[in-house]
Amino acid sequence: MSDPNEPRIGVYVCDCGFNIAGVVNVPELVEYAKGLKGVAVAREYKYMCSSPGQEMIAKDIHEVKLNRIVVASCSPHLHEATFRRAVESAGANPFLVHMVNIREQVSWVTKDRVKATEKAKALVAAGVARVALHAPLERRSVPVRSEVLILGGGIAGIQAALTAADAGRHVYLVEREPSIGGHMAKFDKTFPTLDCAACILTPKMTAIKNHPDITLLSYSDVVSVDGYVGNFKVKVRRKPRYVDEAKCVGCYECIEQCVYKTAKFPSEFELGLGKRKPIYIPFPQAIPLVAVIDPETCIEFRTAHCKKTCVDACGERDAIDFKQTEQTIEFDVGTIIVATGFQIFDAARMTNYGYGKLPGVYNALEVERLAASNGPTGGEIVLRDGRRPTAVGIVHCVGSRDEHYNPYCSKVCCMYSLKLAHLVKERTGAEVYNFYIDMRTPGKGYEEFYHRLLSENLHLIRGKVAEVTDMPESAAEEGKLVIVAEDTLLGGIRRVPVDMVILSVALEPQPDQEAVRRILNMSCSSEGFFLEKHPKLAPVSTMSDGIFIAGTCQGPKDIPETVAQASAAAGEAIALTSKGTITLEPNLAYVEEGLCSGCQICIPLCPYNAIELDRARMVVRISDVLCKGCGVCVAACPSGAISQRLFEDDQLLQEVEGVLSR
Amino acid sequence: MMQTQHFEPRIVAFVCNWCTYIAADAAGVSRAKYSPNVRLIRTMCSGRVDPQFVLAAFEKGADGVLLCGCHPRDCHYSSGNYKTLRRYALLKKMLTQLGLEDDRLRLEWISASESEKFRRVVEDMTERVRKLGPFKPNGGE
Repeated sequence: MSDPNEPRIGVYVCDCGFNIAGVVNVPELVEYAKGLKGVAVAREYKYMCSSPGQEMIAKDIHEVKLNRIVVASCSPHLHEATFRRAVESAGANPFLVHMVNIREQVSWVTKDRVKATEKAKALVAAGVARVALHAPLERRSVPVRSEVLILGGGIAGIQAALTAADAGRHVYLVEREPSIGGHMAKFDKTFPTLDCAACILTPKMTAIKNHPDITLLSYSDVVSVDGYVGNFKVKVRRKPRYVDEAKCVGCYECIEQCVYKTAKFPSEFELGLGKRKPIYIPFPQAIPLVAVIDPETCIEFRTAHCKKTCVDACGERDAIDFKQTEQTIEFDVGTIIVATGFQIFDAARMTNYGYGKLPGVYNALEVERLAASNGPTGGEIVLRDGRRPTAVGIVHCVGSRDEHYNPYCSKVCCMYSLKLAHLVKERTGAEVYNFYIDMRTPGKGYEEFYHRLLSENLHLIRGKVAEVTDMPESAAEEGKLVIVAEDTLLGGIRRVPVDMVILSVALEPQPDQEAVRRILNMSCSSEGFFLEKHPKLAPVSTMSDGIFIAGTCQGPKDIPETVAQASAAAGEAIALTSKGTITLEPNLAYVEEGLCSGCQICIPLCPYNAIELDRARMVVRISDVLCKGCGVCVAACPSGAISQRLFEDDQLLQEVEGVLSR
Repeated sequence: MMQTQHFEPRIVAFVCNWCTYIAADAAGVSRAKYSPNVRLIRTMCSGRVDPQFVLAAFEKGADGVLLCGCHPRDCHYSSGNYKTLRRYALLKKMLTQLGLEDDRLRLEWISASESEKFRRVVEDMTERVRKLGPFKPNGGE
């Protein structure tokens, strides 16, 4: 009788179509694996992750009596869970599998085929040596809270909140501005259907306010998030509005009666194109419809000698409270959805376009406000001096597809530029010139919209704009802004005199993206947007379990895509918490009491206070609930009394030896 | 064979699961090409890397050892990388006193987004160790 614990290892090398087999000599690797200690069988298959591949492993577990499995394929971040499940469903312990990454670490990054095969052999040798030391492990189950925290009250956060709340989850929706709505609330119409943005957004905003399972925390910031999946502790800072949210009815009387008879301070919501008073409601459809006082401009805050006509106007409602202070509130949630959105590219960075210097140059978001019926001009697209433009130039790709600023395509600019072209023509009758590099209109109904615009006699000039100038070179250019561009279809330089220039600015990560990233311990991709767990298979998940992302904080995208992602993120959050418990990885630290000397070196090292001294026996104990499995204490223990499951010293040392074997 | 003309160094890299391993995956996804001399060993946190692993790697034939983790303040486990930094400083001092060349042991913070930095570090480390030649404990005696 042979020892049942004697390793009988199966090695499965995946071709991944040509992804691996095109570079690594897989048959040679399989032959090599067969000669490694403990290997009972080694096989090649086209796609190990497919059902036949998984069934091959299950069959061998039964027929060849395998008790350890090595899968040499892609990153464990992609398919470790797949192969653990496959082994588990074959009746074996899922932690007797080890994945060797010969795709991301070998075939995709190595030019030389011989060297790639040698490296793959070394990695497989390391995996085989390591897996021989694996022991069966149990996953631990922990309760999860059902509450969801959503950061950001734009269309993504709104959609996610409604989906989660409709599924019976209590939602905390945190928005830093005084009202939810985000960028979408600033738009006039949406492409390609030309639906009015407010008509489709404001009902959803109202639904947020009325939903019994949504706690809306506007004018608030998330300060800290501690804990882990299923049990996050959240701290939110509520900025003082100086108006009691529970008492204010949004009647505007305080605003009308303010000692400032006219609005004279730039409105944040109107991007400075409109004015507001020190007490204001950002826009008429705001949710919550509650006034805010800006202490920077309010006379009472600046001098303490105001007549406080606002207080008189409020009367019995008694909502105005100059003594309101910042509040910090704390609550627990099980999952988090990050929907913090984007910022627009600051066009002033491209000095050759004159933004911020030439009054006729606008960014696209400003023109959205001009076009909006609830905007500063009541929907009239006019210049700062009130003139109606007769010729308008729209410059695509400002800050996008430009190696000096952002190399990526912002995806929505071609479409919103066409939309603005339509609106400008409709409202002003002006000649409109769109300067584009490539016209990118993929999407349902998008190409059709482009063709519709072509029939509206839009002037399309293919070429990147070199300069916007107010220096005339001819009588026709007198008093005009001149757009200078190379027309790459005509093969010459064009100078187009216009009255108004609209810069179609890029979508960029929020300025505090980095701070939010740190609070939530997420990752960003190289352009600064939040990084999804997998671009295709886990597009709304992050590397931090229980934290999901939706909308433009993950990358530029349009409204339909944002809404779909938001629903997906809510769905993931609901799925994760629907059973009431979740299973966590068993890779925890544990103490071998016989070896522990009670020196307590490990105790202060643990970031989770998971280690305690048992004074009676002078040994330490590690709490399974608190330990997160980093292994810092393991490396520090001078007696070698602490180990970490799945990352045992001997397993890692076998890996070291293995990777050096060739 | 190792000594003829072209020396191919063997380098062990200990990388954390959350930052550098992801950067290496991303380098793969973007099909960045780098020399196959650096072989990765994944731990959950760089703080798991016992200095003895580094010694073991040199003992078992490594010509260089690379330690990689998340940038300061970015550790998935809040502070594991600071422990790594402290241990590295001590280990480096000790090994330098024992005669180990500076370029054979290196610590780098590589975040999940820095696949290009990962490629650059791997290439640079490989070239530096290649110049040093094979690691010979006790001066090769």
